[in-house]
Order: sequence, then C-alpha cells, then structure tokens
Amino acid sequence: MIELRNVSKTFILHNHGAAVIPVMSNVSLSVRPGECVGLLGASGAGKSTLMRMLWGNYLAATGSIIIAGTDVTRADPREILALRRERMAYVSQFLRVVPRVPTVEVVAEPLFATGADENAALDMARSLLDRLRIPERLWALSPTTFSGGEQQRVNIARGFIRQVPVMLLDEPTASLDAANRETVLTLIEEAKSRGTAIVGIFHDEGARERVCDRMIDMAEFAA
Amino acid sequence: MTPLLQVRGIEKRYGTRIGCTDVSFDLYPGEVMGIVGESGSGKSTMLSCLAGHQPSDAGQVIFEGQDVLTLSEAERRRLGRTDWAFVHQNPRDGLRMNVSAGGNVGERLMAVGARHYGDIRHTATGWLERVEISSDRIDDRPRQFSGGMQQRLQIARNLVTGPRLVFMDEPTGGLDVSVQARLLDLLRGLVRRMGLSAIIVTHDLAVVRLLADRLMVMKGGHVVETGLTDQVLDDPQHAYTQLLVSSVLQV
Amino acid sequence: MSDYNFAYLDEDTKRMIRRALLKAVAIPSYQVPFASREMPMPYGWGTGGVQVTAACLKADDTLKVIDQGADDTTNAVSIRSFFQRTADVAVTECTQEASIIQTRHRIPEAPLHEGQIMVFQVPIPEPLRFLEPRETETRRMHALADYGLMQVKLYEDIAKHGEIATAYAYPVKVEGRYVMDPSPIPKFDNPKLDNSPALMLFGAGREQRIYALPPYTSVQSLDFEDFPFAATKADHSCTICGAVDSYLDEIITDDAGGRMFVCSDTSYCSERAAS
Repeated sequence: MIELRNVSKTFILHNHGAAVIPVMSNVSLSVRPGECVGLLGASGAGKSTLMRMLWGNYLAATGSIIIAGTDVTRADPREILALRRERMAYVSQFLRVVPRVPTVEVVAEPLFATGADENAALDMARSLLDRLRIPERLWALSPTTFSGGEQQRVNIARGFIRQVPVMLLDEPTASLDAANRETVLTLIEEAKSRGTAIVGIFHDEGARERVCDRMIDMAEFAA
Repeated sequence: MTPLLQVRGIEKRYGTRIGCTDVSFDLYPGEVMGIVGESGSGKSTMLSCLAGHQPSDAGQVIFEGQDVLTLSEAERRRLGRTDWAFVHQNPRDGLRMNVSAGGNVGERLMAVGARHYGDIRHTATGWLERVEISSDRIDDRPRQFSGGMQQRLQIARNLVTGPRLVFMDEPTGGLDVSVQARLLDLLRGLVRRMGLSAIIVTHDLAVVRLLADRLMVMKGGHVVETGLTDQVLDDPQHAYTQLLVSSVLQV
Repeated sequence: MSDYNFAYLDEDTKRMIRRALLKAVAIPSYQVPFASREMPMPYGWGTGGVQVTAACLKADDTLKVIDQGADDTTNAVSIRSFFQRTADVAVTECTQEASIIQTRHRIPEAPLHEGQIMVFQVPIPEPLRFLEPRETETRRMHALADYGLMQVKLYEDIAKHGEIATAYAYPVKVEGRYVMDPSPIPKFDNPKLDNSPALMLFGAGREQRIYALPPYTSVQSLDFEDFPFAATKADHSCTICGAVDSYLDEIITDDAGGRMFVCSDTSYCSERAAS
C-alpha cells in the first residue's frame, strides 16, 4: 500500500550561500494493508520529514514514493489532492484551520471535500467528537481557542472521520489523558483491522508496543 | 478530465518592460489556483490579461476549447457575466455604490435577460443570505455597509449567475484580520458547494494556504515556481520562494 | 432681419447638422456627435432643438413650437418669434397644419401624419448617464447592447417605490436594439413614439448630440413582466374641455388646497373647447 524506493531528501538554502543540508538517503520501505510501522529516531533524524514526504508536502530529492497507486514524487498537484481526499489521512501535531469555523465543521470538512451529504458528515463529526470526549458546548466554537489536548483530539477526529487505505499519524497520543489515549489507540486498531496501512511516530512506548507491527530506525537512513 | 482553462505562453509588455511573460498552466474544474509574488511581480497584470481586461501581446487563454483572446468584445462581455466572474480587491471597483444591494446582485441576472422583478428579487434575497447579509438590508446601498459586507456583496453579485471560473484580485486585501477569516471561510464553502474553479492573486500567503489547491510564484513577470500549495510553502525550491516564505512574520 | 442667413445659422453649419441628421436617421436612436453652435439663447432653452429646426426649415414650412404642450409659454413664444424673424416662415398652433413641430417635453395629442417632423429639445441624451458616468463606457454598452444596467434603474424604482416611479424620460428600446432616452416627455407620450408616421429628431445642444427615429420605427418602453409599462396620467378630466384621454397639468388655484386639471396640450384643448 505504501512503497518507498531509494528515497533521499536534502534541503538547499539558497539564501544562506546555497547551503546543502542532507536529511536522509536511500530510504526503502514497504507497508502492507493493515500494517502499522513506527518511525524511531532522535529529534532531527528525519521522522517528521519522511512523514511530510509521504503526504506530498515535501519533495523527495530522489527515489519514488508510491502510495495507494500514486507516485507522490511525480504526481500533479491535483493527483496528490485526489489521493489526500480519497485515499489518505494525516494526523499532524498542529491544527491549521480557518479561524471562526465551528469545530464540528472542521472535523466534518474532509467528508465535505469528498462531496458527502453535509448532514451525514456533521452527524459523523458529532459522534467522533463525542467519542473523543470534546464537550458538546465546544462543538459550535472554533478550535483555535482550545487547549493543546483538545486541539489534538480535534485533529484526530478530523483524521479518522473517513475510512481510508493509508494513514499517517504524528504523535497521535501526545498530551492525552489515559481515557482519551485509550480511545485513540482503539481507533487505530479499528483502522488496522479494516486494512489501513499506517506510518506513525509514537514517543509513547506503550502505544508503540500496542499498535506497531514493526519499527524503523531513521538512523539507518542517515545521510 | 479535461482542463476548464488552458493558458499558453501569455505575455504582456509595456514597451521594453516585461509585465508578465511565458505564463502557462492548466486549471481543472473545481480547482483553485493561487498566484503570489510581491508588488510589481506581474501577478495582477497576468490576471487582467487572462480576464481580458487588458490585451495580451502573445499567448492563448483557452476556455472550453475556445481561445477567449480571439473573441469579440461582445462575446467576451457575455462570458464575463455568465461563466466568468471577477472579484476586485476594492469593492468600490466591483459594485455600483449608488445602487441598492438587491440591484447590485440582480444586475447580472438582468444583463442576461431576466425580466421578472419578483424572481430577480427572490434570487437576490437568497444570495444575500448565502453571503451572510441580512435580507432586510436588500434595499440599502453598499456605502451603508462595512468593508467586509461590501466584499461579501461583491461576491454575491458575481456568483449569482452561477459562473464556473472566478478571478479574484486580493479579495481579502483591505479587510481587518477577523473579517478576512470570515470571508475566507465563506469563499471556501462557496467554492466547494458550487464546484467553482478560481484564480486568486494575493500577496498574503495565509490566504492561499487556506484557499488554493495549487500555487504559482511570480517574480519580475516570470513564473519561478509552481506546485501543490502546501508543498511550495513548506518546501520551497526556488531562492525567491524561500525568501518570500521566510519573510512572513510569525504570529 | 436680412443681416442674418435664412433661419439664423450659416449654410455650412446647417449642412454639418444635416449630415448628422442623415446619419442619425440611418441608425435609429444612435447618438451622433455634432458641432453645436453658440446660439443667441442660453443652454437649457432648447439650443439643440433650435439648431435641428434651423437645419430642417424651408421657406414653405409651417412651424409650431410648444413648451410642455403649450403654444403660449415663454420658451415656445420666443423660439417661434425667433424663426419668424430669422426665416420668415409661417407659424401655427394647430398640430395637423404644422410641417415642423419643435417641442419641449411633450408630444401633441392630435395624431401626427406622414411628412411631419417632430424636433425634441433634449437636456441629457444618454439614458445610461446617471448609472454609468463614463462616456467611453456608455458608448461601448450601446455598441454591445449591454443593457442590464438600464433594467437595474427600473428595479431600483420598484424596490424603492413599489412601482416603476419614473414618470418622464422613461427609457425605450428602439427596433429591439438600442436603448434611448425619449427626452423628458411624460411616459404617457411614450406609446406615441411607437410606429409613428412622423419623423422624430432629437437635438441636445449642450451635449452636442443628435439622434432620430425614422417614421414607423418600433419603440417599446422597458419594463418587467410582473410590472408592465403603463402610460399613466392624472385620473381626472380636463376642467376646460372635459377630455379624459389627454395628458393633464395640475394647476393650484389657491392656498386652501384648491386645484384643477387642464390639458397640457393647449391647441388640443382649445380646439375641443371651440367645437
């Protein structure tokens, strides 16, 4: 479902004397449906960079990244957008939304984008928010004013509102209490049992033990 | 899927000075493209060439198989009030300030032949509500509206005939930050629900991040970088784009 | 008055105006620019109409001049005497007898016939002027028949007043193509423009424009399906002649609310009263 071959990444800082910063090289990796792969490595080892390359957010310098049939290193923007809309979800650590949009709409938006019925999408959003213990009185408010943990859960709800074959999870259980952590891990297990291929970063060792089928150490790919 | 708009080698010169040159891209139905660059980068020149507001010196703008630059002015105007729309930065340029809100929204309908007052008013009322202007303001003139309301009214006026392609020149330009957010949300909803394609010129990178699927970066009349919006903003490849992105003040 | 050329204007000027008139007749309602001359009367007193009349006038013409329908008001009297002195033409108050009728803001009640020329005095020839101030743009709008804006004006009327409140200078569409300002005649007179056997000439002196409706031209008043055009008048009969079908002026007779309605067309009224 996810297939990386000889992927490398360098940043070239044109405005700093064209400084070349190599990040990783020769990453080859394959993730099957229903499998969850965890990325390991010290800060700066390139875990998040790799996730962003999978998402199409960063360009790979070399190699190919084939996700659910699309090579994101070569695809047109609209092909990557279609991949993100229909076949892939990404739970990042940061919530980036239009200010003033109600939380329930923020969560339902990935479904809106697929052309789903708006009321059905909002119902789905409400049930996920409820499951993640976001108090109902907050649903009509913008999440921009929420606490870190609440924003994190809004992000998770947004990521899990669609059933997609590929998910990228960046620290999904960070800053969550025990009950919510349990809910998120259950959500991940449900996705795996549906056959979703997952790449994740988990600093939470218990979570890693429970959901990851294998671990990849980024040190192997140091440039 | 075939592109809605194909732009090929558009060039505009002012004497020996380049307005914009060698601009080419395809825009697909439902796609929103952002064009960013500093003042004088040629982004507004390019937009007005595409929209036919000023003549191009070279190139083609093919809409549904027809090069619109070869259309007669009558045909181009007809396109401009049916399938195309243009939202100006300054609502005063896009609205009739001495005509009521309802008349402003109704004008495009009447221009394409609507002659039933009741129907026109009904449609105008519906559009005012869609852009979050209370229907009891329908007979007020735009100058009685706030800047944000004026801009929303301009959008309603443009979208009432159900265009498929909207050109926007700094649509959130002169607005307060809080009003900008509301407008952006509104535009996003309309683009999605109507399946609009749009070309948005702005110098505000936050606006394109939220609205645009794709980004084109211009400098000195040339396109220096294109790509998926978040990719261009987060992993810019060209020196100028890197400078542009790193120059944004972080809040 | 032998010091002046026939009908005051020199022959070159008249020829220039006639050329403009020919072009105007060829393109009904199209506003033809012309080099309007200084006339011995101020703008707003009918300098455009006077120049058109001067260019059309022949020695055997019979001239009638009306101002708001009346033959005996200042403007009508002074223009009539101007042409009597400078052209020595016959004058009349009778609509049927006249070969040229110069008018300010009315069309006579008596039906016009072939061979007659109506000359209208026009203050502002451009019907789109108050909606779009740029002349370059209004010309283009005419060229492209881009008339949504004209309909907007009528929309605004209904929105504000519940009906199309425009009572005079009511815009018309000529031969289904050009929108035209019929000069500030009451909208009651608009139907008289449609398919008229007379030649209608419009002169705007200050704005330096001439336009025309050849005989038997289609002239339709703009409206909405659910607010159709209506040629309205005061709902009274003439106090003098009893006419119920003519356009009426309201005349205040005292400070206690007393008023009466009389025909605005004095010739029509006096002929009816006499018979």
